[in-house]
Amino acid sequence: MKARTIYPGKVKGVALVSHEPIGFYGGIDMKTGIVIEKGHPLEGKSVKGKILVFPYGKGSTVGSYVIYGLKKNGVAPLGIINKETETIVATGVILAAIPCVDGVDIEKIKDGSIVEINAGEKEAEVIF
Amino acid sequence: MYLTKEQEVMLNGEYGSIVARMMRLLVRLGDIYNAEKMISVASVQVAGVSYKSIGDPGLEFLQDISKEAKVKVLTFLNPAGMDLEKWKEMGIDESFAKKQLAIIEAFRKMGIIISATCTPYLAGNLPHYRQHIAWSESSAVSFANSVIGARTNREGGPSALAAAITGFTPYYGLHLDENRQPDYVIEVKTELKYNSDFAALGYYIGKAIKNKIPYFRGIKEADTDQLKAMGAAMAASGAVALYHVDGITPEADKVSIDGLEKIEFGKEEMKETYEKLNTGEKPDIVIFGCPHASLAEIIKIAKIVEGRKPKTPFWIVTSRATKEIARKIGLEEIIEKAGGKIYADTCMVVSPIENLFKTTGVNSAKAAHYLPGFCKQKVVFNNMEELLK
Repeated sequence: MKARTIYPGKVKGVALVSHEPIGFYGGIDMKTGIVIEKGHPLEGKSVKGKILVFPYGKGSTVGSYVIYGLKKNGVAPLGIINKETETIVATGVILAAIPCVDGVDIEKIKDGSIVEINAGEKEAEVIF
Repeated sequence: MYLTKEQEVMLNGEYGSIVARMMRLLVRLGDIYNAEKMISVASVQVAGVSYKSIGDPGLEFLQDISKEAKVKVLTFLNPAGMDLEKWKEMGIDESFAKKQLAIIEAFRKMGIIISATCTPYLAGNLPHYRQHIAWSESSAVSFANSVIGARTNREGGPSALAAAITGFTPYYGLHLDENRQPDYVIEVKTELKYNSDFAALGYYIGKAIKNKIPYFRGIKEADTDQLKAMGAAMAASGAVALYHVDGITPEADKVSIDGLEKIEFGKEEMKETYEKLNTGEKPDIVIFGCPHASLAEIIKIAKIVEGRKPKTPFWIVTSRATKEIARKIGLEEIIEKAGGKIYADTCMVVSPIENLFKTTGVNSAKAAHYLPGFCKQKVVFNNMEELLK
């Protein structure tokens, strides 16, 4: 499936899929990579080493720093796939150098399946 | 994206590697969102200040930047993780304070005004209608776009910093008139009496419409504090960066609502939202000021508590600027006599209150949203009068 590159790179891993938006600040613990937002469908799960799939970001504008911090702390997702990446997530993945693509029909990606992101400078491909 | 000579020079590193790194970030964002060019910004609000929020990775990132870069435009700062003067009294430990002060020092070196508030528009950074700005802090973004009619995207902390250092932001999204049209009409069918009612409405709508633009009908009147509470809630439960209110906000009569899907908010929805936000029973502390309390709100609290002591101790969090006025006109004394405290520079969400309390009372739906996850608090969500009984 074709996608748009937010940040380039090639990664392959297990998909962690949320159909609800994710607010990284207050939503994911920067030290452990575990989702802490109460009632979130991914609550208690770790994003570490996963291909994190969600429609778009929400909430605080500090989210960019949380994405950067997850990477520095070694608990970041391997890659991110969005329906629509907004500025907060885009800024975070650019700073953290995490491959990220959007424009993807995420309904088709199954939680737990193996997904590959192959993102060039502008155009990208998602294989699942 | 078209870049001017000056912008090219910044990108190519002639102003140093940090300016180039910041410009690269902006150019990449501009390319992603199909910006045709960069535009100058009149002011910036930088979020990502509390050590609790950004941790050591954020501190190191900021220290790196502060080694060579200075801001080019009026730049204000979000709240820190503690009152920068009275942190000991707040119960903040030394090691946290040391890290927090190092973060503040990095911002100071960059030439940023240590306003430490999420309400820059109440503390000396007030944009005008249609002015282009680059703000982070989701509640301030919402207020600036909606209530003032200024133009900003929801900047992330670092992209706002990049705009401050270069003076530019890519021209896309909410900077363009055509992207400021509403997506939903919200029919408000119930009376909104307290600020917490406005907050509950915002919370419900943010959850429902996520990152879209709502147009509210049926709100007869609303003061700026109520709009502040509503916008903050919508930006926390969703990602709403702009809303219109019929008869109240400046762009409401300039947009079209023909054929838009309608969402109703009545008594039932109000009740349901209050129930949802209440996860605790008896607060150890009541905290007002999310977003930071205005002087009007502090006056209101002082009137409620004057000459008596509410059964639960309470804090008011606000900007240093507002706190100073409150002190000078005698409000702080009234508050302290009633068992309250006014803290500046910080708030209940970004300070480590989980070390001090288990259940917090708030009239802010934004705070009620963040406190359980980020501060391990149970929440009592109610109006100001009830919380101060």
